[in-house]
Amino acid sequence: MFDIERWQEIFETLRKNKLQTLLTGLSVASGIFILVILLGFSSGIQNGVKAQFEKDATNQINIWTRRTTKEYKGLNPGRRIQLKNQDFNKISNEYAEFLEYKSANYMIWRTLVNYGKESNNYRVWGSLPDYQFIENSDIGEGRFINESDLDNSSKVAVIGNKIKLDLFKDEDPIGKYISIFGINFKIIGLYYDPGGEDSESQIYIPLTTAQKSFNGADRINNMSYTVKMPKNFDQGVELSQNIALAIESDLKQMHTVAPNDLGAIRVNNNLEEAQKYYSLIDAIKLIFWFVGIGTIIAGVVGVGNIMLIIVKERTKEIGIRKALGAQPLSIVGMIMQEAIFVTMFSGMFGLILGLALLEVVGPLIKNDYIKYPQVDFNTALTTVFILVLAGAFAGFFPAYRAAKIKPIIALRDE
Amino acid sequence: MIEIKDLHKSYDMGSNSLHVLKGINFNVKEGEMVSIMGSSGSGKSTLLNIIGILDEADSGSYSLDGVPIKNLNEKVAANYRNKFLGFVFQSFNLINYKSALDNVALPLYYQGIKRKERIEKAEYYLEKVGLTPWLSHLPSELSGGQKQRVAIARALASNPKVLLADEPTGALDSKTSQEVMELIQGINDEGKTILIVTHEHDIAQMTKRIVHIKDGLIIDDSPVEQVRASVYV
Repeated sequence: MFDIERWQEIFETLRKNKLQTLLTGLSVASGIFILVILLGFSSGIQNGVKAQFEKDATNQINIWTRRTTKEYKGLNPGRRIQLKNQDFNKISNEYAEFLEYKSANYMIWRTLVNYGKESNNYRVWGSLPDYQFIENSDIGEGRFINESDLDNSSKVAVIGNKIKLDLFKDEDPIGKYISIFGINFKIIGLYYDPGGEDSESQIYIPLTTAQKSFNGADRINNMSYTVKMPKNFDQGVELSQNIALAIESDLKQMHTVAPNDLGAIRVNNNLEEAQKYYSLIDAIKLIFWFVGIGTIIAGVVGVGNIMLIIVKERTKEIGIRKALGAQPLSIVGMIMQEAIFVTMFSGMFGLILGLALLEVVGPLIKNDYIKYPQVDFNTALTTVFILVLAGAFAGFFPAYRAAKIKPIIALRDE
Repeated sequence: MIEIKDLHKSYDMGSNSLHVLKGINFNVKEGEMVSIMGSSGSGKSTLLNIIGILDEADSGSYSLDGVPIKNLNEKVAANYRNKFLGFVFQSFNLINYKSALDNVALPLYYQGIKRKERIEKAEYYLEKVGLTPWLSHLPSELSGGQKQRVAIARALASNPKVLLADEPTGALDSKTSQEVMELIQGINDEGKTILIVTHEHDIAQMTKRIVHIKDGLIIDDSPVEQVRASVYV
């Protein structure tokens, strides 16, 4: 392998067979190139979809209510189901051991918010401290609502970055007061949300404050939970599915809703959605690998084929070498090394070309579902490994044939 | 140097087998120069291939410089060929993309000799055959006689015990043939054992002993008065 003579021999033969080498190299290079691009895009799709789910915690369960659609126990359809604090407390206690974060929310739709001369409409949420984690928001400055805010029904607010940009421009909003429907709230925190502008234009205040100040009594609009995730993703999906179903049936019972009424109580399990996408991504990835490997196989068969032709063309030469004392192993080594070298070199060329293209084109792609298409180090390493293997495979049969050449027959060929 | 006893060899030709060598008894002492003559199909090339360890006999014994040559695996056979034997072929069998120098150095490569030493030795043998000005030429840039000289230099490079030449002048005109034979005679004068297969009488006359083979048997084996090739030149 590190024998300089051997390399000189290889370069000599490659020089002698320039066109074959070039064509073979091209087929391998394009195989790897295509594989890299495909893998890059499959990771891009994965990143994109992940980013979509990053808006909120993926293991989130959301519950909200509508009107009933079915008559049940003498109650007419069209009845508005209203969630209350007690519903939330009951469900939270019931499933405490499975739930990680819990929040009940009271929402005030379009709310006029003023700061000095600036004003705009935003959505205001009365929430619990856990909501920060459920919404996956990142507190950039200050803090989120805490228990003592709740207990005291403090008039404090956490605003999103968009609101800060709208109302405060370059000013630091922490400690300043904004007025919501004429009531002053002290800003205690500023959050960022990977979900984007819409997610960043909401205001959070303590649930108790919201209910008291904005005529909420003990009503809530929705309840959000996250499920404690077991190590295994599929188990997690199953667990959260079961919990979502159980919560739905409990609430239906509590509010006298027909078990088969699909409209009145809505339970949305994010994880189930996520799982659908993830398994789709897995399938896409698998297909991409399959196509990529297929292309490489085509290239490798090409290398093998050309090596066979080279061996055939060099039958006489190999016979001469053997007559002069070449060991069979040195002939095998020569052919194998040549095949591996050609596949490796051209494969590396394709790999680098593919990586470069992803590097250049990747950031230019503006698509919600494709983000940062790239190939990580491990994948690159795997493709290199595949290349060596492919080269060895391509070289083996021709080398075997070369080793079997009998000098007496090779030299008789005139 | 070469001791052959009751050597048999047959080839399978489909259903029937062709008995090529039918009991050859043959000895060559060190420093001899022997020609093997016979019409085509007489078995002379087969004998040379067996002596050259390129082929194996079916029965009988063959020993080369006291080493029995029997049931060798490919690895050992390659090793013996490399160490004990030098080949000269009718069609030269040079590697056409290697320079004269690299062709001569090739057997040394398979001996595992370092490049620098290889080049030195190859240069020495090319000088011996009078081709120093052509050492960087490819075979295609050389005349037939020059090619055969390169082949002889290559055969000598590994300092073999026996030089085997299969119709060494078969592809050369008579003048070049004389020159090549003069070279081979010179090598023999230095003590190298040489075996030449030929069907040309004047070439055979230039050796010291002629062995006639007919139908797989030696029919005549007698020393001759050697004709020096230089007489013709």
